[in-house]
Amino acid sequence: MNASGGRHALRSSLNGIARFVLVLATTLLGLVAITFFIGRVVPIDPVLAIVGDRAPPQVYERARQELGLDRPLIEQFAIYVKKAATGDFGNSVLTTNPVMSDIANVFPATLELATLGVLIGIFIGVPLGVLAAVRRGSLIDQFVRVLGLAGYSIPIFWLGLMGLLLFYAKLGWVAGPGRIDVTYSYLYTPVTNIVLLDTAMQGQWDAFWDAVSHIILPACLLGYFSLAYISRMTRSFMLNELAQEYVIAARVKGLSEFRVIWRHALRNAAVPLVTVIALSYANLLEGSVLTETVFAWPGLGQYITNSLQNADMNAVLGGTLVIGAVFVLLNLVSDLLYRLLDPRTR
Amino acid sequence: MAGAPLLPESLPQAPARSSGLRAWLLSAEPHSRWQARLGRFYLGWRSFTSNPLAMLGLGIVLLLILMALLADFIAPYSPVTGGDLRTQRLLPPSETFWLGTDDQARDIFSRIIYGSRITLFVVVLVSIIATPIGLLVGTVSGYLGGWVDTVLMRVTDIFLAFPRLILALAFVAALGPGIENAVIAIAITSWPPYARIARAETLMIRNSDFIAAVKLQGASTPRIILGHVVPLCLSSLIVRVTLDMAGIILTAAGLGFLGLGAQPPTPEWGAMVATGRNYLIDQWWVAAMPGIAIFVVSLGFNLLGDGLRDVLDPKAAK
Repeated sequence: MNASGGRHALRSSLNGIARFVLVLATTLLGLVAITFFIGRVVPIDPVLAIVGDRAPPQVYERARQELGLDRPLIEQFAIYVKKAATGDFGNSVLTTNPVMSDIANVFPATLELATLGVLIGIFIGVPLGVLAAVRRGSLIDQFVRVLGLAGYSIPIFWLGLMGLLLFYAKLGWVAGPGRIDVTYSYLYTPVTNIVLLDTAMQGQWDAFWDAVSHIILPACLLGYFSLAYISRMTRSFMLNELAQEYVIAARVKGLSEFRVIWRHALRNAAVPLVTVIALSYANLLEGSVLTETVFAWPGLGQYITNSLQNADMNAVLGGTLVIGAVFVLLNLVSDLLYRLLDPRTR
Repeated sequence: MAGAPLLPESLPQAPARSSGLRAWLLSAEPHSRWQARLGRFYLGWRSFTSNPLAMLGLGIVLLLILMALLADFIAPYSPVTGGDLRTQRLLPPSETFWLGTDDQARDIFSRIIYGSRITLFVVVLVSIIATPIGLLVGTVSGYLGGWVDTVLMRVTDIFLAFPRLILALAFVAALGPGIENAVIAIAITSWPPYARIARAETLMIRNSDFIAAVKLQGASTPRIILGHVVPLCLSSLIVRVTLDMAGIILTAAGLGFLGLGAQPPTPEWGAMVATGRNYLIDQWWVAAMPGIAIFVVSLGFNLLGDGLRDVLDPKAAK
């Protein structure tokens, strides 16, 4: 019985994996289909953009054929999918580089900012949410509520500008827009393209602290938005856990309140929290588009908006697709982690 | 139904006619459908008004609507043509210009007043476009089930897989900047969550006895979906759409800030913040004031949505 049960479990988990892969594949294909569709709607004629409007008809026709625009739509889509699968989104008109290598260059900057943001969100948001749940209705609970409501209502780009005005222009506590001062930018060689890592690994501490003073404000800003979400969700998960019988049992056993809350209840609340954190990380990618514009942060968000303003569709669609794919993958990871952490789903 | 203790004698000085109306509304044995409906509405309204934050939200939203309707009478100056460029540019807030003037010597207060029309236009139009799409996709998917459900939900998931602003950006990039295109782009990115909610509700309704009864009476599938399933999905959807309106406003403002929404000289709040960016350090009010307007209005919609949820969808409220 044991062996057959094991085989059964194996088969069902294999089925689960197959389903997973299928869903992932169709979703990614759908993402590509949407960007392909958007690319086809563009009122700009891509051929004219290349040959110019004074080109003779033969040149125009040849360029059209080279771009594959004379073939049936479905064939064009097949070619587009094949290229997208290998990471080929064509060349950017603006930078003349392949879009994918541009993205590889700018993505670490976004990653650095979003990671720091989500870390701030976790380290402040989780304790706040726990306290709000434990002291329900208290001042700190109200504070978390207001913090969350404001987080859902404040335009992120505006808060960024006000932050710059206050902390950079008026108080001078932080450095202004950009990633690092020009004076420091030659002191280290970019290896990972994550400035904090590069400067720290090469022992350039002056450059490191300069980079810190640049990143701290946008990271706190993104951190605030993820904190608003994380603390609210932590509160509701914790309220759920604190009402469970095992909490009463732990208290009856005579465990300290600290232990009951932080070791027992939070540990169980942490399982659904993983999903929330992955989601908020994904949301920060979105927030980064506006934040990077405000802080002149050379990441993916700024790359997309710059390309947009120059009608550089290859770059826009490539960037959109990459963000969509990261979004899907993060969802996937959170799903897998959930299964891993919660024994009941096994 | 929990509002049973709302007895007329709690307000002894109330005129007889009103207490008669209240008794009629709260009657345990309504004589018509209308009476029952109005009675339920009244109870909902009672519990809504007892929530001060929800009332604050309602007040903000009503104020926004009034501002938009009466902009011509409230605004002291023109939102588009400015004053004297030599003497009235970038003036700080004062008695003549309550919120200061911008780089074109235009009164920021007047521009914010007129901008409420654009905000309202976006919110209303997006909900009018996105809600029916989500409702239809969700109910059809949930009621029919099978491969229709699989296909429709797959499509919904694909749209959900993009962060909203990014997808809207890509659509606006294709359609070209402008307020109408921004509305279309936001609507395209807004319907998937509505479809999800409508489907979940439909799955619960689908197997109930009254649907079986309607089916036995020979009602066609479209009739069942439109006449019996859709009305029951509405209340949770209304809550979701209201809660979403703040998000719609923020997305629209974000597009405007990036120069992809309403085009100048339209007084769109996000675009106004973008203008103020150039004068941030010395003339902070140009960027600050429209941002406060965006914040207050989305806060209003959030509070209103929270209040509506407590009344219409008590299960979801924690």
